[in-house]
Amino acid sequence: MSAQAQDSAQDSVAAQGARSREAGKEVILELKDLSVSYGNIAAVQNLSMTVHQGEIVTLIGSNGAGKSTTLRTISGLLRPKSGDVVFEGSKINGIPGHEVVKLGICQSPEGRKIFQRMTVSENLDLGAFTRKDTAKIAEDRENVLELFPRLRERINQKAGTMSGGEQQMLAVARALLGNPRLLLLDEPSMGLAPVLVDVIFETIEKIRTQGVTVLLVEQNALAALEIADYAYVLESGRLNTQGEASKLLDDPSVTAAYLGGH
Amino acid sequence: MAAASHAAPSSSGGQRSLGRLAWPIGYVVVILFLFFLYFSILPSLVKPVSAPVLAWLPVATINECLMWAIMALGLNVVVGYAGLLDLGYVAFWALGGYTAGWLMAFPFNWTWDFHLFSPVKSTLPGTHINFWLVCIVAGILCAILGLIIGAPTLRLRGDYLALVTLGFGEVITQFFRNSGDIAGFNLANGDPGISPIDPIGTGPLGAAGIAPPLLTNSAAGNVWKILVLGLLVGICIFVSLRIREGRLGRAWLALREDELAASMMGVPLVRVKLLAYAVGAFFGGIGGVANASAITTAVSPSGFDFGKSVLVLLMVVLGGMGNVWGVTIGAFLLSWLNSNGLKQIGVQIDAIAGTNLEASLPRYNYVILGLLLVLMMLFRREGLIPESRTKALMQMPSRTEAESLGADSLEAEAETDAVEHSDAGADAKIAASAAAMAGSGAAAGAGTSSGARREDES
Repeated sequence: MSAQAQDSAQDSVAAQGARSREAGKEVILELKDLSVSYGNIAAVQNLSMTVHQGEIVTLIGSNGAGKSTTLRTISGLLRPKSGDVVFEGSKINGIPGHEVVKLGICQSPEGRKIFQRMTVSENLDLGAFTRKDTAKIAEDRENVLELFPRLRERINQKAGTMSGGEQQMLAVARALLGNPRLLLLDEPSMGLAPVLVDVIFETIEKIRTQGVTVLLVEQNALAALEIADYAYVLESGRLNTQGEASKLLDDPSVTAAYLGGH
Repeated sequence: MAAASHAAPSSSGGQRSLGRLAWPIGYVVVILFLFFLYFSILPSLVKPVSAPVLAWLPVATINECLMWAIMALGLNVVVGYAGLLDLGYVAFWALGGYTAGWLMAFPFNWTWDFHLFSPVKSTLPGTHINFWLVCIVAGILCAILGLIIGAPTLRLRGDYLALVTLGFGEVITQFFRNSGDIAGFNLANGDPGISPIDPIGTGPLGAAGIAPPLLTNSAAGNVWKILVLGLLVGICIFVSLRIREGRLGRAWLALREDELAASMMGVPLVRVKLLAYAVGAFFGGIGGVANASAITTAVSPSGFDFGKSVLVLLMVVLGGMGNVWGVTIGAFLLSWLNSNGLKQIGVQIDAIAGTNLEASLPRYNYVILGLLLVLMMLFRREGLIPESRTKALMQMPSRTEAESLGADSLEAEAETDAVEHSDAGADAKIAASAAAMAGSGAAAGAGTSSGARREDES
């Protein structure tokens, strides 16, 4: 099944023209010609993209470009109008959100959406809601608290009383406790001071080294491109540009449009 | 359910298990104290001492309070735990009561003599089934009704959900009002209702002469009812506490906090919401049976008005949504005020001021309860005994303490949104709509006129 997916992935690679993406890595997620709409309003149109095992892929674009819609479709909260979401070789569109979590796709949503009135510890427990492997959960919990030492300090604090940065850390940590193979991060830098953005992004790189594939949606294109392997640029719901992140960083048109002349 | 609650790693495990034993012991002591107070202590005291106690807290009122506590604990599961505002909770109380009417009463329509562990004479016609069995049957029937009511409301939130549940509550009452002739079949005897309903039996205790064999509405029966109803409340408290600690409880809390985020964590929203309705309804059914058998000994549609739904909701909100103890105390306080407290306050004022409030004050119960709620919302929004979570955000600590650690000086700008958008607001909203409902209840419920008007309509 996965070989098949790889084939089709390679087909689409060929169709999209040359790209020097590391060969031999398995495709973990593929969006095929995906269109999503809210009523009559098309939010995403004919989007095709692939995420390979172990990569950090970023989806950048301005406000309203359809980035969050794409993520929500992957995580089963929205249904595509047409096209498919293929995860590890099987079609997952139409599977409800709470089932998608069990497949190994966990999300840190836009605006964090942590459980404010629960403690950090309880939030982490909920992250592992679908899992029953108690020993592994405890291990993952420990690992996550290593990644975010600040959360360990605040483990019994009500999450809503923490600062924005800490809440973002919690949102990512909570998603990690679902034991994801694919981690979806929606605007993790939103509303954070630059120093904290750096902390979060460094952690994302660490998460990747632990074998978790990351799909990162960002408005902060510069920060995202700096850590990502590959990037897709959305504009008004359509794919505008794609390419290796390092190349896009040097691309004057991208720089002008999304990096604010950095 | 218990198996699923893999407890969070905690350093105070020993303390916790001690804490687990503490409440059942305390609870049993309180119930036993109440029992012996009325069983032996008060009768042995001189009249000047015992009379005021019996005037302010008659045994019948204690029983009523216990019955309402079952109801409030049930609604607390739906409103307090899962955050689903239910304004039609009276439906379950009614169905529970009518289940008792069908299964443990003198026949009003069909003559089908059937006795099952019933304490009443076996020569009595009609269906007579043991109180405890009826409790279980009513619980199950109500849970099914809960699922039926819950299913169409799954996609609704907030105000819309409240309106639909309100509609269902009224539909059920009207159904029983018109149940005397359903295509020619007398299902539940319409307006007159069903009576008398069998009292609770005491089985071996009764046979041995320790307790009266039947717990009727007599002085002796009422005292023993404290133990029976106290046991039911104890079971409800136990179940409430256990569920909350388990996987399902956590799912409910997550749902209450943020539906979307809960779904992203893998909480199956549909199942979890339906379970909240079903569990809440189960409690409501038991409350209905307890009410019909031990308190009123009769069921009729006029007893199941909207005001009762509001009353239970007030108990939950005033006591502290989500906190089992708060809700229990809220239930005691309000049902006491409603059944006897207001009257006694009236009597006291009459004695001093020479007015005639003894009769009129209880009629203004909803005005007074509404006022009480408004005051609570102004000065203690989180309820008498708030759930720790609610308290934390409703009385937001100033963050200066944390900031003084120098930890967060860089990110002050992100603070305001977290606090202002917190879901503490959602609870305040439930409380506010409860206040509005109490207001409208006051308009209709101050006299008995609304009941009379409805009878005219039908």
